[in-house]
Amino acid sequence: MFKEQRFSNFIFNLRGSLVVAEKDARIYYLKPPVIIFGILFPVFFFLAFSLGRQVQTHILVPALVSMTLFFTSSSVGPLVTPWERGARTYERLLSTPVSLFAILLGDVLAGLVFGIVISFAPLLIGIIFFHTSILHSAIFLVGMVLSSLCFSSLGVLLSSPATEAPSQVMMLSALIRFPLIFISGIFIPLENLPSWGKAVSSVSPLTYSADLIRYSLYGLEFYPVFLNIIALLAFSIAFFTFAVKLHRKNLIKAL
Amino acid sequence: MMEKKEVAVKVHGLTKYYGDFLAVDNVSFEVIKGEIFGFLGPNGAGKTTTIRIVTGILLPDKGKVEVSGIDTLKNPIAAKKIMGVVPEVCNVYVDLSARDNIMLMGKMYAVKRREREERAKELLQKFDLWERKEEKTRRFSRGMKQRLILAMCLIHQPEVLFLDEPTSGLDVKSSRMIRDILQELRSKGKTIFLTTHNIDEANILCDRVAIINKGRIVASDSPEQLKGAFQKTQSVEVSFNVTFADVNWMESIPEVNRCQRLGDKFKLYTQNPDALIKKLGEHAMKNNLHFTSLNTLGPSLEDVFLKLTEERETTDV
Ligand SMILES: Nc1ncnc2c1ncn2[C@@H]1O[C@H](COP(=O)(O)OP(=O)(O)OP(=O)(O)O)[C@@H](O)[C@H]1O
Ligand SMILES: [Mg+2]
Repeated sequence: MFKEQRFSNFIFNLRGSLVVAEKDARIYYLKPPVIIFGILFPVFFFLAFSLGRQVQTHILVPALVSMTLFFTSSSVGPLVTPWERGARTYERLLSTPVSLFAILLGDVLAGLVFGIVISFAPLLIGIIFFHTSILHSAIFLVGMVLSSLCFSSLGVLLSSPATEAPSQVMMLSALIRFPLIFISGIFIPLENLPSWGKAVSSVSPLTYSADLIRYSLYGLEFYPVFLNIIALLAFSIAFFTFAVKLHRKNLIKAL
Repeated sequence: MMEKKEVAVKVHGLTKYYGDFLAVDNVSFEVIKGEIFGFLGPNGAGKTTTIRIVTGILLPDKGKVEVSGIDTLKNPIAAKKIMGVVPEVCNVYVDLSARDNIMLMGKMYAVKRREREERAKELLQKFDLWERKEEKTRRFSRGMKQRLILAMCLIHQPEVLFLDEPTSGLDVKSSRMIRDILQELRSKGKTIFLTTHNIDEANILCDRVAIINKGRIVASDSPEQLKGAFQKTQSVEVSFNVTFADVNWMESIPEVNRCQRLGDKFKLYTQNPDALIKKLGEHAMKNNLHFTSLNTLGPSLEDVFLKLTEERETTDV
């Protein structure tokens, strides 16, 4: 009886996550500026890194795809909770029969879907201009989903500070997200990095995402596939667990 | 002929600290099914904190809460399903239409699609929002938004409503509409718990009132029964063209319960402002004093609390 209750609560919460994700998509994601920036930002970054240099396609395309995943999946997530707080819709959301865990899972889901959809743009660029083809489609799919899950969880983690000022969160998110790109060295093949570079890049989930996607497109890898998958999973779980903890802790502070 | 009264909300020994600050101090009360129960208190009394705990948003440090027999702390999901909540500071999603706001809440409570659509239509009509249902709510007036917020919390046909100052900041027409709807909901058997710092609202609307001050309940009764306490705290503020050191004559007027000096004014507490003003007039006439100001003040919450807290403390001893 008690078990049944828990199971039905679980299903109810999961369904709630989908409703939250749909709400996020409609209210926060499907805005022309959000979508345009989602595509433009990685392109600018790509130009900044590659112009005047000879970057090989097998580095370029995976790097571009995983960087777009990174940018888009974690772009809006940090702002959702501060926006809801500022708009005075957060407390009502908490009063519905959907747990905080499920609400945050919904936020992650929205970022995940958004990231994957937008990241088809650089993939198409690769296919059209650089004759890229998907070599291992199952791994490619796993790589896309796990990467955006991981980055989107990071985004939701960044939305936990007890503030209703989006600017504060944006600053924090820039302070964390940009360095992650630099230390990942995704435009330089991992094998060409000095050993300290390899060590530093190993703390960024972006490294594993780019490596996994490179393997799925070109069959080239630095880390073994399963290690990349485990790393991305571990980062996702850590980010999300930490996110739920911090959100719970900061919940009353900004009510 | 005593009907057995069903308890809808049972709160026992609720205690909540913010850091070292005791915001809610051992609060207990019961709300009977089908009544409107008012939680009356001044700013910072702990009303919102209490309502947040009861609706499962905050966890208490101590205490128990049951809503329709469900332990909110042990099974928040099941409890929240039968509650309708309007938080104190709360808004609609301004990027969504009125209808979509209601539908979104319906989805959060897993109301079936058909039912959701039918109920949304009913609610929009009832709250006089039907004409503008497709419009984004960004430009809705305060009153329209508040009506929509109330409509949103009714989509899943909750048994118990929790409303934190549902009419504060609204014009007379909107407040009235909301009060009428609350009374109608009660007549349909819903239980309503609301907070307010408006004594009149508590009088008009509530079957029973608990008065809370500094985190503690100081009185709990029907508004009629509490009227005595309210009435004793009516007052008359008066000043004359001369200032006098001796106010004995004022204190000796039998209608005056207490006299307080406020600059050049005197605040006289009384149950009977009418008789008091007549006496003041007589005295002024006889002694050739001129009134420079004269005000009657209705019962003020702060005074009611003082009064009740004093009474309680003296009976406690
Ligand atoms: N998140 C918080 N952190 C610290 N103190 C808080 C917090 N929320 C409320 N308080 C304090 O707890 C006390 C009770 O606050 P609460 O909001 O419950 O009062 P209230 O009766 O709803 O007042 P009002 O009529 O102003 O809405 C106040 O003194 C308030 O300053
Ligand atoms: Mg309050």
